[in-house]
Amino acid sequence: MIPFDFVYCRPDTLREAADAFKRYQGKNKKAVCYGGGSEIITMCRAGSIHPDAVVDIKGIPECGILEKDDCFLTIGAACTLSRITESKLFPLLGLACGRVADHTNQCRITLGGNLCGTVIYRETSLPLLLSDAEVTVGGPDGMRRVPFQNIFDGRVRLREGEWIVQAHIPVWALQARHAHIKKTAQEKIDYPLVNVTAIWKEDVLRAAFSGICSRPFRSRRVEAVLNDRGLPPEIRAEKAAGLLPEPPYHDVEGSGEYRAFVFKNTLCELLEAWQNDRV
Amino acid sequence: MTEFEGKTVLSLHVNGNFHEVLVRPSDILLDVLREQLGLTGAKAGCKNGDCGACTVMVDGWPAKSCLMLAVEAQGKKITTVEGLGGKAAVQNAFVEANAFQCGYCTSGFLMVCHALLTQHPVMPDEIVVEEWLQSNLCRCTSYQEIREAVHLMYDAVQDADV
Repeated sequence: MIPFDFVYCRPDTLREAADAFKRYQGKNKKAVCYGGGSEIITMCRAGSIHPDAVVDIKGIPECGILEKDDCFLTIGAACTLSRITESKLFPLLGLACGRVADHTNQCRITLGGNLCGTVIYRETSLPLLLSDAEVTVGGPDGMRRVPFQNIFDGRVRLREGEWIVQAHIPVWALQARHAHIKKTAQEKIDYPLVNVTAIWKEDVLRAAFSGICSRPFRSRRVEAVLNDRGLPPEIRAEKAAGLLPEPPYHDVEGSGEYRAFVFKNTLCELLEAWQNDRV
Repeated sequence: MTEFEGKTVLSLHVNGNFHEVLVRPSDILLDVLREQLGLTGAKAGCKNGDCGACTVMVDGWPAKSCLMLAVEAQGKKITTVEGLGGKAAVQNAFVEANAFQCGYCTSGFLMVCHALLTQHPVMPDEIVVEEWLQSNLCRCTSYQEIREAVHLMYDAVQDADV
């Protein structure tokens, strides 16, 4: 059981959600945005967080949208990972969603929850970073639409009282050539030792990573090395591994040295597949 | 906007009937099912969303009831293992395949398999079956028999359709 009380709000509109956040803003009170709730429930039970209110955004139509027009695929923040996978609208994101937690949990975990959670891997952020996605953010001052990379530096940075309403993926990315390689220590269902996610735009490789460092990232310097096709794959992988933005992450799943070893091999695997047209 | 603060009486639709329960907004569905409705089929295992022993069906999809607030269940159709009635195809298949040892995980596995049948009335690819079954843990390691039970479940449904 959760050993304390909170208020549960389920707004029907964006305005009601903004008002609910505003009500619990300041005055030493805190409201948290509630999607699938798996992380919030777990943390409440463990006593890691003590929200005064949870604002469940699943009842807001804009947060549950999943539709494509001529320019963008729009995915509401409350869409579950399984729904995104099964829609097959953005296969690369579907692959990422299909490797977060297990299938039953994927039926609950939402895109917004995975992006904004405290678990450091945030694997659904990688396809968004690579596809120049934009996000609509709701808040007390209304809505704003911004490039995803402007609010994401490894974790989502929003102003107080704001939450992600939707992600918008440009259509060029939806059927673009892609690769998704997730390496875990033992079991298939686990946090990543290394996640290498790639997409090609006009035969130029874009790559973003999770697990290797303490936060997910996309690096133009790493991409420049990976695209240097005059060098053999193992040399490019070696050079790329030397350009990490911070030392490799180290925890019980894998030491920094081991993660770096897996990272280099995984990059090599990716580059060889590209070279041999197996992607 | 729906808002709950403090103890509230809710009407939950469980196993085909409406039940009134008195809940706090922070009460989890698993505790309410077990302690207020006496539906102890859903088991408390890890209470962390890992083991799947607490799996129930919510609107036809599997859900780990330890990771769902009871207030969220309002307006949804909840099915617990008790709601299968004892003679469901999945239950017969588990008996036939001896797909259990200690039995603690069994109700969770039954529910995830029943949800699989609900969402995939025709036997899906093995990879899909594997993906669904990977959501639950059996520490007696009856995995092979559970997988066999899934096949028997689909065989029985197919035979019934013919």
